[in-house]
Amino acid sequence: MTLDLVLFWIPGAVAIGATVAVITRKNASRALIYLVVSLLAVAVIFFMLGAPFAAALEVVVYAGAIVVLFLFVVMMLNLGRSSVMRESRWLQPGMWIGPFILVAILAVVFAYAFASVDGVDTKGEMVGPRAVGEALFGEGPYLLAVELAGFLLLAALVGAYHLGRRYLEERRELS
Amino acid sequence: MAIEVPVFHVLILAGILFLLGLAGVLVRRNIMFLLMSLEVMMNAAGLAFIAAGAVWGQPDGQIMFMFILALAAAEVAVALGIVLQISRRFDTLDIDAASDFNG
Repeated sequence: MTLDLVLFWIPGAVAIGATVAVITRKNASRALIYLVVSLLAVAVIFFMLGAPFAAALEVVVYAGAIVVLFLFVVMMLNLGRSSVMRESRWLQPGMWIGPFILVAILAVVFAYAFASVDGVDTKGEMVGPRAVGEALFGEGPYLLAVELAGFLLLAALVGAYHLGRRYLEERRELS
Repeated sequence: MAIEVPVFHVLILAGILFLLGLAGVLVRRNIMFLLMSLEVMMNAAGLAFIAAGAVWGQPDGQIMFMFILALAAAEVAVALGIVLQISRRFDTLDIDAASDFNG
């Protein structure tokens, strides 16, 4: 049990540290690399909690696709040294006070809510991809949600194409 | 073999990550960092779902995580398109510039 807790908090500490770096960095591409580190640490936690399929999806989709999309946009916008200077102008130390108070209030609420599950342990069973697939596509309650997710992704595809197309056309006219 | 930890600890970690993301959303003015903080928050919610699934040994937590994943992917695709539009029209990444966005 104690060893399990140590094993859990090692990637947990990595995730927290990397996330702090994400929200404090001034250079966008460095923040993205820290975001990858945070996501990989959370993927390790998923694997240890017995969700290997979710861990694989975290690596492939989050770290592999979403962050790379961010990196593409950072490269397209050509954020250089001037953007780092502008970022330090925007990020005054005094700005942290108000959000910190709000976050502290929410932390108290979280601690109160989580105290009610004290004494419940995770089961320590691996739930593999087969069980996930059977629950998702079988005779379960999730069929409608799967179709709705498909609609959502199609709408996002059309929306992203529409928003990005005019940007690309304008660039072509300029060059 | 999966680990057996009190789910309280997992929820605390998810809560810390969520609050860090929230602080990032509240503090940053650059849209790119705002979106990154949103990703962190959604990831923390996914961690809480996985923890709940691990308590019962059922796949439902992982299924909800997959839906969060699909939502995050869709959100990022549209939001980055809007980022490109804002940077083209206003030549800045300041989130306040989005108030002048009409039509």
